[in-house]
Amino acid sequence: MGRIKTYFSTMDRTSRDDFITYGGLLVVFIVMQGLLSAGMLSNQMRGLLVPLCVYAIMAIALNLVVGTLGELSIGHAGFMCVGAFSSAFFSKINPDMPDLPRFIIAIIIGGVVAGIFGFLIGIPVLRLNGDYLAIVTLAFGEIIKNIINALYVGVDEKGYHFSLSSVNDMGMDPLNGNIIINGPQGVTGTPRSATFAISMVVLFISLIVILNLTHSRDGRAIMAVRDNYIAAESVGINITRYKLTAFTISAVISGFAGALYAHNLATLVATPARFGYNMSIMFLVFVVLGGIGSTRGAIVASVVLTLIPELLRPIQSYRMLIYAIVLIVIMLVNWSPKSRAFMETHSLKRFLFKKGGKEDK
Amino acid sequence: MALLEINNLAIHFGGLRAVDEFDLTIEKGELYGLIGPNGAGKTTVFNLLTGVYKPNEGIIRLDGKDITGKKPIQINREGIARTFQNIRLFKQLSVLDNVKVGLHNRYGYSTAASILRLPSYFRTEKEMTEEAYELLKVFDLDKNAATTLASNLPYGAQRKLEIARALATGPKLLLLDEPAAGMNPNETQELMDTIKYIQKNFNMTILLIEHDMKLVSGICEKLTVLNFGRILAQGETKAVLADPEVIKAYLGE
Repeated sequence: MGRIKTYFSTMDRTSRDDFITYGGLLVVFIVMQGLLSAGMLSNQMRGLLVPLCVYAIMAIALNLVVGTLGELSIGHAGFMCVGAFSSAFFSKINPDMPDLPRFIIAIIIGGVVAGIFGFLIGIPVLRLNGDYLAIVTLAFGEIIKNIINALYVGVDEKGYHFSLSSVNDMGMDPLNGNIIINGPQGVTGTPRSATFAISMVVLFISLIVILNLTHSRDGRAIMAVRDNYIAAESVGINITRYKLTAFTISAVISGFAGALYAHNLATLVATPARFGYNMSIMFLVFVVLGGIGSTRGAIVASVVLTLIPELLRPIQSYRMLIYAIVLIVIMLVNWSPKSRAFMETHSLKRFLFKKGGKEDK
Repeated sequence: MALLEINNLAIHFGGLRAVDEFDLTIEKGELYGLIGPNGAGKTTVFNLLTGVYKPNEGIIRLDGKDITGKKPIQINREGIARTFQNIRLFKQLSVLDNVKVGLHNRYGYSTAASILRLPSYFRTEKEMTEEAYELLKVFDLDKNAATTLASNLPYGAQRKLEIARALATGPKLLLLDEPAAGMNPNETQELMDTIKYIQKNFNMTILLIEHDMKLVSGICEKLTVLNFGRILAQGETKAVLADPEVIKAYLGE
């Protein structure tokens, strides 16, 4: 234990920070997996495990664009949607493959296809800044969702058939054909391969990719572009290249999340509730609430904000009342002079590091 | 051959001739000053040199190579680095990382190597850190460089960090845009020593814009005076500063 402590103190701040993130996540994984295999989780909680991982992955992927690159994207549900449907498509046309390898390939396919979309959209879009970029990414998310809602894909012995209007227009043999994507009815019968363990592994891999990228030469260049692109250009940083790198990697990871999402549902439909604008905004809320630029914060916020509404479902009818009361209490606690004075003298920081409190005076 | 040769440079913004008929020759190792009243076009010359603006007329040659109209990234790779009049640091990055961004194009490893933490990542990062600390030591900024954010440095130190970052790109010519702006006399004196030190120990050619006459007369070997975008006087510092035309432009009649 002592050796671990000395090792810990020799690490620099960023690696210590990463260590806490990995360690915390590992502990959560072991505890939850233990509870899961002991059968001690409620049905509701079991059903939430995979979505929680999916949202956490989306939160860190979006944080790479919003926090590290400093560009606002409100169409990330679109990349997740692309990943979900391309991976579900792959799983549907390979029903005879063993489950695990098929799922791994499906996740990779989801990531690669979403990455290609991210790259192609990034080329024109990343020339824009701020609000304009947000508007275009928003449009992209909506367009993707609507195209998939109108897309029919089927397969028979003659090969694949596509249509954007109806099943009959595909020209598929109606008896022997197999519909894969059925327009607004989406994809049905995707194998439910996404387990909590696999989802956690994907979350870990995504986390490693993002943290390692951030703390490297490329990551520094990306953050330099965020902090001051004129200065970055003056020291020879290729702005477009690094914007595109961050955006594409973020899209790939969103694609992974989409693949997990698709393989957790019996029916995959591109409804506005699942892949629409509200979803993208929710991911953005995770990032903002977690503290823009903080990867660990994004994960924590995504878990907390997904769990709270689910756990409070029994008292749903009092929701608006509770919101109002919480809002008033927060205002009072944060701003009344007496409570501020109380917080100054009783802060956790002062309690833990008594010296630190005195230095402030 | 001169390191920097500018011939008949001109840029117009609409009807305004911001810089016109501008000629400048800087020999290798020289410390050259560019002065003039506010709005004379000094920073515009810097922006033309670094590719922020494209000139309407004229040729810029660095080491004999035509660099007119190239993009800022290409010009930096050709060997011109600059600082800014209003400090432009990477505020959310540490002091060390600011310099390491400057070293970006002189060291390389692939994106895959950084994600997979291959040996080339550790080797190159170590070399970059060492060189960055060497540079920071020159400016006395090496203390807590890895944990201090650039935005938390005092003003004078931020100016110095900008110079360190520019030097990290390995330039042939260093452009300093009002390096002493906002400094007190002590800090200015210290800055003068540092600039002299850079010229000598890095074998650097330096072109600087400055309003502080003490600094200009103290360290610049040659001067060009701009007024309304045109050259008013050019030559040895002493002679230029004694020129009645220059005194008139600065002090009025």
